[in-house]
Amino acid sequence: MTSEEIFALLEPIIKTYLPQDVSAQEINRSSDLTRELNINSAHLVDIILDIEDVFNIEFKNEDMEKLRNVDDAIILIQQKISS
Amino acid sequence: MKKEEIIALLPYSDPFLFVDQLISISDDAVSGTFTFKVDSFFYRGHFRNNPITPGVILTECMGQIGLVCLGIFILHVEKGSTNPTFAMSGTKINFYAPVYPGETVTVQSQKIYFRFNKLKCEVQMLNSENVVVAKGTIDGMLRESILE
Repeated sequence: MTSEEIFALLEPIIKTYLPQDVSAQEINRSSDLTRELNINSAHLVDIILDIEDVFNIEFKNEDMEKLRNVDDAIILIQQKISS
Repeated sequence: MKKEEIIALLPYSDPFLFVDQLISISDDAVSGTFTFKVDSFFYRGHFRNNPITPGVILTECMGQIGLVCLGIFILHVEKGSTNPTFAMSGTKINFYAPVYPGETVTVQSQKIYFRFNKLKCEVQMLNSENVVVAKGTIDGMLRESILE
């Protein structure tokens, strides 16, 4: 799966949990999920659980520490799909 | 961990403590009771001359027993935490019957998941006739802070 293909699946997941005052157009690969997109910690967990379902993978606690922006999520997803 | 110890760790006090007793607790379920005192502050205004327990108070009671008590137990078992803190992050509760002053309710909660510090539970509240008065899901973020 290319990173573009992953992004195409990831974007609608993130969009679901955006707060009212953040536009979906602000989602790009360098967007910081909590600082720029304003996603709170509870919704960050929702996003991870949705990613697990869509990509059929499993995240561990230590993965959360590596997750800051959209690209971090794409890299983690790629690593898990290929392993 | 004893049930009394869990209640002692709750960060609430009168007039906002809505847990009297825990009946059972395990790492994926909890049940407990609370009696709404006739002279509780919210009956003075909800409603005028017609006291009925507000839905937000029922939700709070469900959250304190169903989410916070269970969360204290889970964090103690998994991480040895003795001083956890909580932030409610979401609720979806439907209400089916009124709860009047002086009624005793039982809250039953079943863990849906506890992952990445988020605890989500299916929670229901029964009155003394075992009628479901409220039911739904509550979730919150748990933080462990271990006292020295």
